[in-house]
Amino acid sequence: MKWRKLLKVALQSIARNKMRSLLTMLGIIIGVGSVISLVALGEGSQKDIEGQVASLGTNLLMIQAGSSHIGGVQGGAGTLEALTMADVALLQKDAPLLQGVSPEIRVQSQVVAADHNWNTTIFGVFPDYLMIRNFPLASGAVFGERDLATRAKVALLGKTVADQLFPGEDPVGARIRIRNVPFLVVGILASKGPSAMGSDQDDVILAPATTVLYRLGDGKTVRSIVASAVSGEQMAGAKAEITAVLREAHRLAPDAVDDFHLRDQTEINQMATRVTGTLTLLLTAIAGVSLVVGGIGIMNIMLVSVTERTREIGLRLSIGARPRDILSQFLLEAATLSLFGGILGIVGGLGGAFLGGRLLGISVVVNPGVIVVAVLVTGAIGIFFGFYPARKAANLNPIDALRYE
Amino acid sequence: MNAETLLVRDVTKVFNLGDVQVHALRGVSLSVRQGEFVAVMGSSGSGKSTLMNILGCLDLPTSGDYHLDGVAVGSLSRNRLADLRNEKIGFVFQGFNLLARTTALENVELPLLYDRRHRVARPHEAAVEALTRVGLGERLHHHPNQLSGGQQQRVAIARALVNQPAIVLADEPTGNLDSRTTLEVLALFQQLNREGLTLILVTHEAEVARYASRRVELRDGRVLRDEPVTAPRDAVADLAVQPALEEES
Repeated sequence: MKWRKLLKVALQSIARNKMRSLLTMLGIIIGVGSVISLVALGEGSQKDIEGQVASLGTNLLMIQAGSSHIGGVQGGAGTLEALTMADVALLQKDAPLLQGVSPEIRVQSQVVAADHNWNTTIFGVFPDYLMIRNFPLASGAVFGERDLATRAKVALLGKTVADQLFPGEDPVGARIRIRNVPFLVVGILASKGPSAMGSDQDDVILAPATTVLYRLGDGKTVRSIVASAVSGEQMAGAKAEITAVLREAHRLAPDAVDDFHLRDQTEINQMATRVTGTLTLLLTAIAGVSLVVGGIGIMNIMLVSVTERTREIGLRLSIGARPRDILSQFLLEAATLSLFGGILGIVGGLGGAFLGGRLLGISVVVNPGVIVVAVLVTGAIGIFFGFYPARKAANLNPIDALRYE
Repeated sequence: MNAETLLVRDVTKVFNLGDVQVHALRGVSLSVRQGEFVAVMGSSGSGKSTLMNILGCLDLPTSGDYHLDGVAVGSLSRNRLADLRNEKIGFVFQGFNLLARTTALENVELPLLYDRRHRVARPHEAAVEALTRVGLGERLHHHPNQLSGGQQQRVAIARALVNQPAIVLADEPTGNLDSRTTLEVLALFQQLNREGLTLILVTHEAEVARYASRRVELRDGRVLRDEPVTAPRDAVADLAVQPALEEES
């Protein structure tokens, strides 16, 4: 058959009833449009969550002191003072699958600058911490091994702290007081924005671990240690090494439970992915139902069209069209109708996704695979739901069809 | 020479309408030679429509033989019947049956869309030629609603001619036309017949049958009369004496 001519006939017939064709396509347009926009927004928000989790740190492993257990009273995580600076040193020495280890000694305190003051958390850390936590420096310099050894009174300010204490000024070189200890500001951290949980990751001060431990803290409590595995694939190996080193250091019997907690970011990641995945699946299923409804709309209008054009079908049969030619003509018409709806749905869906993404502050990921699938599926819907009307047309008796009023 | 374009022998057709059997044709024999202009007449219920459908390969006889241009139509499949209609038959209907919102040219090209064996090498040129032959060479791109009834029927005739059929079957072609346009269409038929076209015209109007060269009358499913028309009328001459009306369109 001459497909170009058939296609022309199909397009003419669709153009002849513009309003009706548009209304028929509406079901498909809404179905495809919602699938396209939901998938684009779903993948976009997934990417956002992955980005936020990655901003916590690179291949991050978090070790927390275990809970105390005194006389039947179970304390919370970190209530046992089981981690020490010696543990940190051992991990640095004996765990080759870790590319960075740092204690994370937290002190909550009022911080005072010349004219302003601010309450924030001071983290006592090693220089590796910036790499582990993905915390690049915006200006100034990081403190070094020498500062650790001398318990130097130097500090790096997070963006929020810098803005609160030194609005409109460059704090590098300025002095601040923490619990009456004077510190020299040596650098400013680049902004990380809010965490996946919504807390402000820029509301921090970093200082050498030794300084915080001995000048601000109690001199022994290291509640948590952070480390970074050499690669994502080595996370499990790195966890095993940490467990082995710490159990050995703490002289735990083989049957004793760990006196520390070890967590990694893949757990957080998986949870977030599962939530968005379920949501996307659910909404896509609803959109699928709308596609079926759209297909039934096409079947309905094709049946009307076959009835309206009974005489035309009779004529075509009488001048030599085989039943198969009539079948192809109406199938092609249904498929074209459906495909047009699909294309309009893709355009509308992408437009909606970008608009929604902007309004909700979510990234939009355009997946070419999804668009190809949408085109194929709408074509298939047209053929599937167009088959019954087309077969009805092809099986018409030419004599009756010619006389049809 | 293939003298007999169409040969019907003892054809019957029985329709089963539930419990009732309707004998539409009770043994019809007919042979039409190439270049004849036959008018098939009969009142409603005489079986002329049934005969027409069988001659047009739209329906198969219950019994009897039918040969069209050397092909035994017998019990061909639906597809073979479709091909036969495309290659050997041109239809002209009472209601024109043109596709609306489609130009005259595209309407005439329509049969060539189903020309599987590519018998007509250049469909476009063939359609232009057919329209020129019926005197509509100037109106190729007009839509049916821009044409008068007579012109629409001429487009339909061009469509019947475009696939170079062995025979043209016209079913009440003048039924929807006024007397002057009827004469114009008959004049066109006579001209095409003189050029060698074999024509079968089904009508219930005795007046129209007088322009044919032979007249076959059916009654109750049988051939009542089959005789040459004595002194057939000339449509061109009759047009000249017909009082001129306002030109249409």
